[in-house]
Amino acid sequence: MLARQAPAPQALSTLSHRVLPSTTAASRIPTSTPSRLSKQQCRGLATVQDEKPKPRKYGGLKDQDRIFQNLYGHHGADLKSAMKYGDWYKTKEIVLKGHDWIISEIKASGLRGRGGAGFPSGMKWSFMNFKDWDKDTKPRYLVVNADEGEPGTCKDREIMRKDPHKLIEGCLVAGRAMNCTAAYIYIRGEFYHEATVLQRAIQEAYHAGLIGKNACGTGYDFDVFIHRGAGAYVCGEETSLIESLEGKPGKPRLKPPFPAAVGLFGCPSTVANVETVAVAPTICRRGGSWFNSFGRERNSGTKLFCISGHVNNPCTVEEEMSIPLKELIDKHCGGVRGGWDNLKAVIPGGSSTPVLPKHMCEDQLMDFDALKDSQTGLGTAAVIVMDKSTDIVRAFSRLSTFYRHESCGQCTPCREGSKWTEQIMQRFEKGQGRVREIDMLQELTKQVEGHTICALGEAFAWPLQGLIRHFRPELEARMKNYAEQHGGEALAGGWQHDATKRGMLIAPGQ
Amino acid sequence: MASKLSPALFRSSARTLRQFHKPQWRSFRTTACARSSDTYHVHRDSPDNNPSIPFKFTAQNEKLIKEILSRYPSQYKKAAVMPLLDLGQRQHGFTSISVMNEVARILEMPPMRVYEVATFYTMYNRTPVGRFHVQCCTTTPCQLRDSDSVMRAISDHLGIHAGETTPDGLFTFTEVECLGACANAPMVQINDDYYEDLTYDSTVSLLKGLQQAAETTGMSGGAAGMGRGYEAQGVKMPTPGPLSGRKTCEPAAGLTSLTSPMWGNEMLRKDGAL
Repeated sequence: MLARQAPAPQALSTLSHRVLPSTTAASRIPTSTPSRLSKQQCRGLATVQDEKPKPRKYGGLKDQDRIFQNLYGHHGADLKSAMKYGDWYKTKEIVLKGHDWIISEIKASGLRGRGGAGFPSGMKWSFMNFKDWDKDTKPRYLVVNADEGEPGTCKDREIMRKDPHKLIEGCLVAGRAMNCTAAYIYIRGEFYHEATVLQRAIQEAYHAGLIGKNACGTGYDFDVFIHRGAGAYVCGEETSLIESLEGKPGKPRLKPPFPAAVGLFGCPSTVANVETVAVAPTICRRGGSWFNSFGRERNSGTKLFCISGHVNNPCTVEEEMSIPLKELIDKHCGGVRGGWDNLKAVIPGGSSTPVLPKHMCEDQLMDFDALKDSQTGLGTAAVIVMDKSTDIVRAFSRLSTFYRHESCGQCTPCREGSKWTEQIMQRFEKGQGRVREIDMLQELTKQVEGHTICALGEAFAWPLQGLIRHFRPELEARMKNYAEQHGGEALAGGWQHDATKRGMLIAPGQ
Repeated sequence: MASKLSPALFRSSARTLRQFHKPQWRSFRTTACARSSDTYHVHRDSPDNNPSIPFKFTAQNEKLIKEILSRYPSQYKKAAVMPLLDLGQRQHGFTSISVMNEVARILEMPPMRVYEVATFYTMYNRTPVGRFHVQCCTTTPCQLRDSDSVMRAISDHLGIHAGETTPDGLFTFTEVECLGACANAPMVQINDDYYEDLTYDSTVSLLKGLQQAAETTGMSGGAAGMGRGYEAQGVKMPTPGPLSGRKTCEPAAGLTSLTSPMWGNEMLRKDGAL
């Protein structure tokens, strides 16, 4: 390669006074000092690091480092057993440390929001303590997003029904960090049982004086309320969740103003995911550096992974961030059904993240940045595994139906786009379409993303883009198959190839 | 003249014939929903759902309403519209127009604002449902674990399709979107309870169990409200949760984590900050 790029020696002499690109500069050297070549060659643009850091293996979290110890229902959800296993221990001291200390601990832990976007939590919480916040007499709210609706995700449910006290304590700690007066926990309406367990736990905490007036004896007043949703996926978006809490249809609001300025009931508020809030007390107790020691840089911590689909033992498990996908599936789920070679694709982070084909799953790390590099995302870490028997077009067509059903209908690109993509995908399922329509679908999804009020537009556009990116041959083969079976390729729009002859493509009244 | 007319005559006769071939009118239900969870957003008066039917909350529910209202700031009474509609639905069996009007009266808000909410969210049934509302999840994670066979089992056993109610008013069968129990797929929600890890056979036996419970208590369908009313009468209902022998969301082949002794207060940070 070097030889091809190296300019002729005569040309070099003329160019020598000019700045040459590094490859050319390196290749210029061999004529004089061949020994220096190899050293120069392997130096990248960042020349600070001389030695390669030792590759660290992620995964294999020890039980003593798992935060959600009751994930599999080892003990009851009551206050007494929660206290036995570390909850509500020294909460008073944590609360008395004040908001700056808690936020700096969270920042040191490197916790990123567990609801999908992965925004650094410490920074988000600090937005609530803006200049002169203490001169404002308005109440301030922490809103906990327990509207877990993303297909594939079932982690918050386990927290709420088995570790409710972690969540309530988290509300107090996170609420103190943001100087909130109350927390509203917005649970999706279908989780009736979970809401009951959580309500009981809140009652217990009130009776024990842990929350309410003079919470934990700190002189700080803090209330926790539950609000049950009623089955709208879009209410998982922070502003529509606020709308819904205010007793309106859950249609997202335009931002700005951000909820930290004008949120619930017009007061400053912050929306945070259940898992983010629930890990906060343990981080404060065991130290931000402890939490930060797991996972790669900027992706630190432990995480609940929900693995569903074609694995031998689907489960929810707490693991270290940056665990390799293959290890996650093999170790905790007994492997892919029919062996690793039977794998077809994996959706790594809930239905709204693009799919990964098998060849990309081999050495994929499960964290925000590694998955972003693979053009997908960690989302809620809901791994949906599909083996070779999967009708992948049908799987994505079903997702399109989901998004069409859940679009709130407020802005046009999403309302119409989700309907169109659903119809197109239902045709593609049968192969009823033309190859150029795949490009049209791609363009349609590109027109939707970024043009909607909330992220639901992206949520249905990205998976389809991923499907086209990685499984286009499958779509085309299906169309070819359809053409063979029906004696001709379908016309654009799904009409049969002889529709014109049969007089079906005529405008009314013609 | 005749020669000029005849082509037009031929053309129009062809058009007449074509009309027989394909109807030019479209039925009103061409946009009909595949899922009954997206029903129409309009209200049509019917004998069991019209504004003249009176509805009042029971004394017990009145107390609950007082408690619910205390959760929200006093000037934002309307924030309680969702819990109140839910309460009304539990009492009345479904969210009828009179329930909505009553909620609007209590919360002092325009009825239209209540209708907006009631039509937006899918959990408010604006038409009567059976005693058991069987909601089968068919979204991708469930679909991958063969929710098709669960759907088939329900329609085979009850003899109804998604969106229909059995003639005895005992079961309403609905196809719904993701219910958030994906590690335990496939699953159905019956009233408030999740039944998980289903197969064709376990679905049929689950439905049989429910039918049996209803028979023993002589409970008929219709506006009996939601929830599990049988336990008090000593009738055994199928226990919610996974029907495969799993406890909850753990791996079916045995625990791969959380096997060593649990930790407690001793794991406090060592730097002495607390």
